[in-house]
Amino acid sequence: MNWEPLLLALFGAAHRVTRDGDLLSGTAEVKGRTVMVVGTTNHAAIGVELALAQARVVLDTAREHPGRPIVLLVDTQGQRLRHRDELLGINRYMAHLGCCIELARRQQHRVIGLVYDQALSGGFITSGLIADACYALPEAEIRVMRLPAMARVTKIDEARLTELSKSNPVFAPGVENFVAMGGIRALWTGDLQAQLIAALDESPTPDQRAADGAARGGRQLAAQVTARVISA
Amino acid sequence: MNRSFAESTARARVAHLLDADSFQEILGPAERVVSPHLALLGVPSSFDDGVVIGSGTLAGQAVLIAAQEGEFMGGGVGEVHGAKLVGLFKRALRLQPAAVIVLAESGGVRLHEANAGLIAVSEVMRALLDARAHGIPVIMLIGGDNGCFGGMGLIARCADHVVMSDIGRLAMSGPEVIESSNGVEEFDSRDRALVWRTTGGKHRFLIGDCDVLVEDDVAAFRSAAIGLLGQSIPLNLATMEAEHALLSDRLTQYGDCRDALDIWRRAGVPDPALVADLEASEMQALKTRKPKELA
Repeated sequence: MNWEPLLLALFGAAHRVTRDGDLLSGTAEVKGRTVMVVGTTNHAAIGVELALAQARVVLDTAREHPGRPIVLLVDTQGQRLRHRDELLGINRYMAHLGCCIELARRQQHRVIGLVYDQALSGGFITSGLIADACYALPEAEIRVMRLPAMARVTKIDEARLTELSKSNPVFAPGVENFVAMGGIRALWTGDLQAQLIAALDESPTPDQRAADGAARGGRQLAAQVTARVISA
Repeated sequence: MNRSFAESTARARVAHLLDADSFQEILGPAERVVSPHLALLGVPSSFDDGVVIGSGTLAGQAVLIAAQEGEFMGGGVGEVHGAKLVGLFKRALRLQPAAVIVLAESGGVRLHEANAGLIAVSEVMRALLDARAHGIPVIMLIGGDNGCFGGMGLIARCADHVVMSDIGRLAMSGPEVIESSNGVEEFDSRDRALVWRTTGGKHRFLIGDCDVLVEDDVAAFRSAAIGLLGQSIPLNLATMEAEHALLSDRLTQYGDCRDALDIWRRAGVPDPALVADLEASEMQALKTRKPKELA
């Protein structure tokens, strides 16, 4: 979905979210509550500038509006694949964004992620995946790597990968697979505003994704292994 | 005698980094906690899923430690591998060690279990930051041949401290990935000198992404880690604003540089071309000489 109809569906006219290049930011009202919206559009490649710009919005919100919920809108092709970004330490810029979101959570900001278009690999880790809970639209695309590329890298026949991906959510692209593994809490269909309100009210602050993945059968071992390490 | 960090296995690194005979492994190979996904794909698995975790002492102080084995799938993070790291950070909340030390060597997410790996990386990040928020320092040691890339590159920069050797590499996307996406003119992955000065320990040290630069020697990593024990950097608005200012300044100062040599020159390194030949101790001097951090 395009970001403009998405914002209409989430907030009606009650939003002041604007686009600056690939960056989306601004406040919006929902059920009498002001929330801060920050994210990207146009399948943004997350480079050092865009990571820093999002971090700025999160930090300003934490400083000036304690407790204001933050909604992260995700549409990214992943980290920008340029020599210059690596030279400048893009991993530190992206990690900084993740740390700012973590700080906001610790200062009692509810943080909700929504993948409304596409979410690829690194660009997703320090945005939606570090929210209290991340949701997705059913038509969204989430992946690390497409199967043909994965077949090349892993040297496993593509037909075999396609066949295996029908019963195992662990490697193939797709929002349903991420729901099964607990990375996406739920898919939003129908009244998006109602689901945002519910998410703001109900999303868990502790990280429950491994437990969700076990309950849904997509990640059988993660929660169990973690528990064994804690209690060993 | 010098024991190369890069040439040691994950277990040997841990054994020689910690006080002698103090390491106690958790979920070791005998437990056979393996990836459930690799067998399905017909790929050999490892009895520790490529990461050694446990507890021990460092200069007499209790620490928790993890070491990724680069020889197994490039240290890639899969479901079990990631869950072991998450468990270690959660265990730290219970035991309050003097530090959690991670010997990171990884290409990032393990593609054979890409979705689980991607989620796991973010779970490790949250668990790591939780430990930090409770005042437990997290120290990253990077010096393996496979470097520290992708999701592990993100995790590394969430830690309190980063220690690298000059042959260690820290970055997001590997040069091969950038070359295959944007061409050899963008990043020639076979140009070893270029790869090294873009991602290597000396560059990371000079711009401040690595706090301590050491020789490729387990004992040197050990000394550096001991020096950082008990030093926690709080996670609050002030520290995040300081980090933000540092990263903004870096963009302003070096955003138009096209090569690490340009950055070093602009930062006041007298003869950038000689950096490649300097010992780690000489690098330290180069930086100590300057009153202000380069970045």
